[in-house]
Amino acid sequence: MISIGLDIGSVAAKGVLIQGGRQYQMMVPTGWSPRTAGEQLIDDLLQSSGHRPHDVHSIVVTGYGRVAVMEASRTVTEIKCHARGVAELYPQIRTIIDIGGQDSKVIQIDSQGRVVDFAMNDKCAAGTGRFLQVMANALGLDVSELAAYEDPEQAATINSMCTVFAESEIIGLLAQGVDKGSIIAGLHLSVGKRVAAMARRLGIAGQVAFTGGVAMNQGVKRSLEQELGCKVLVPEVCQFTGALGAALIGLDAAA
Amino acid sequence: MEKMSSVEDFAKIREVNILLIKEAKETGQKVVGIYCTYCPQELVLAAGAIPVSLCGTKEDPIAKAEEHLPRNLCPLIKSSYGFAVSDTCPFFHFSDLIIGETTCDGKKKMFELMQEIKPVFVMQLPHLNQTQASMDMWIDEMRRLKGFLEEKLATEITDEAIWQAIDVVNRETAAAKAICDLNQVEPPPLNGLDLLTVTWSRGFNSNKEEVIAMLDGLQKEYSSTDKESTPRKPRVLLTGCPVGLGTEKVIRLVDEVGGNVVAMENCSGYKTLELQTDTEYDDPLVALAHKYISIPCSCMSPNPYRMELLERMMNDFKVDAVIDLTWQACHTYNVEAYEVSKLVKSKGIPHLHLESDYSNSDLESIKVRIEALLEMVEQ
Repeated sequence: MISIGLDIGSVAAKGVLIQGGRQYQMMVPTGWSPRTAGEQLIDDLLQSSGHRPHDVHSIVVTGYGRVAVMEASRTVTEIKCHARGVAELYPQIRTIIDIGGQDSKVIQIDSQGRVVDFAMNDKCAAGTGRFLQVMANALGLDVSELAAYEDPEQAATINSMCTVFAESEIIGLLAQGVDKGSIIAGLHLSVGKRVAAMARRLGIAGQVAFTGGVAMNQGVKRSLEQELGCKVLVPEVCQFTGALGAALIGLDAAA
Repeated sequence: MEKMSSVEDFAKIREVNILLIKEAKETGQKVVGIYCTYCPQELVLAAGAIPVSLCGTKEDPIAKAEEHLPRNLCPLIKSSYGFAVSDTCPFFHFSDLIIGETTCDGKKKMFELMQEIKPVFVMQLPHLNQTQASMDMWIDEMRRLKGFLEEKLATEITDEAIWQAIDVVNRETAAAKAICDLNQVEPPPLNGLDLLTVTWSRGFNSNKEEVIAMLDGLQKEYSSTDKESTPRKPRVLLTGCPVGLGTEKVIRLVDEVGGNVVAMENCSGYKTLELQTDTEYDDPLVALAHKYISIPCSCMSPNPYRMELLERMMNDFKVDAVIDLTWQACHTYNVEAYEVSKLVKSKGIPHLHLESDYSNSDLESIKVRIEALLEMVEQ
């Protein structure tokens, strides 16, 4: 039984292939064509695992580009896929925070890994990976470098939630000579506050799992822990949680 | 001798009635435009005028409205005003008078601007509906409206005429409720869009007896046909802000992702359909005041009847999931969404609160939420 899960996000497309006890992972930039990204992932996964297209039993696709992938056996929402992925990685977890390129969400699951409730950010980019990317540009950094530069002891206050206004605000702070590290810490705090408020509205039980590309940022993780007052667990494969969940859903359906 | 009727007949109501109203105007009949279910249309009928719903559920005139109104106002208010100020709602065009209510701050102040276009009578709606002072004031507002209609329409409104109108509206309400109740069975005879077409369009009909006959005919049509059994689709209850044709995106998306809106607890839907004017009162205005103040709009504080109604509807319509739709900047529905979510979750039913406007800019993000909601039903 070979099951593929694809998570076609706004920035990166992630794929997981499961065969027996083995797992293969691939990631490509989504670019302008979610369909091409999906096709490429399938090719790459087959190549690295040494299989051929007709060996594959199921391809479950999730993410904003889910409907574009023609090879899909079925599409499932990111919400259900993250729930399934986290249930596999951390069976004790009941609350998931996922921050991706263009949205952030909080998912509550029960002991069976079923979705009980969820909340997503509204259409604006505040509290998403996009927010951090725009701010990184304004600071002349790559988004992956943010955490390394931050100075959490001296966090600046960023008042604007709106991406456009926050960008002007940090340009103003730089002009006043505020240290980059303080600004970055302030930005992480701003994302943490925004997402933590959404999580508290749903209610938090015990520890929290943090997934999605932004989970690689230690500063956002720390600010979430600070805001939520609980431990935040980040899976090693945080970016692949949705794709893993999708592949597992394919396996579950066959079982 | 009752005629059968179809959803298509209801879909044609607006088109057909524009002409009927035009003709009626030419014979000297008066037309009174109304926006809200709080308007006691019985008084308009008793004055011998035609009460008609006005447009306010499309995005098209919003840009025009924003020349006068703030952008971050509820789209329903902007759309209503935009239609009026751009003269693109034929029903507004033919109206001699407009009746509004102080259901919210935005509407109240918008009606002041609308006065520039047509005579607008604004009823002051009390928001604490369980006190004697509120009731006295509301009865007083009924009298004031009656006086206004008598003066502007140069007619006398007799008690007898009001009682007659009460009887007509009671029958129309019962007939509309009977249609909505058809969907308590599985599979539901009407899909979400059909249900909206029927309940929303009926307000644009100029002849009450005709619309009652159409509703009865539709009920007959659906009770006599055997629906073939289809795979069960998740049954969704829609609650929250008013929805009409032009702003049915949530209903369409539910259908697109494999669910079915079987019931709607909102203004043109079930919200008012249990309410019958009690004919035991001596004074018809008192009778009307009691009925209208019972409407469970979120502008009432507190608003327990809405929660009772929702709970009953969740049971009666065997609902699998609830979607609560708030239009941007509707504070009262937006705040009440918290109470609604607590109630729905306490029943173990999946719940989704959406905040949106009349545009299509958020279709994808709303769709993924609705899909996830239906996945919660299926798991």
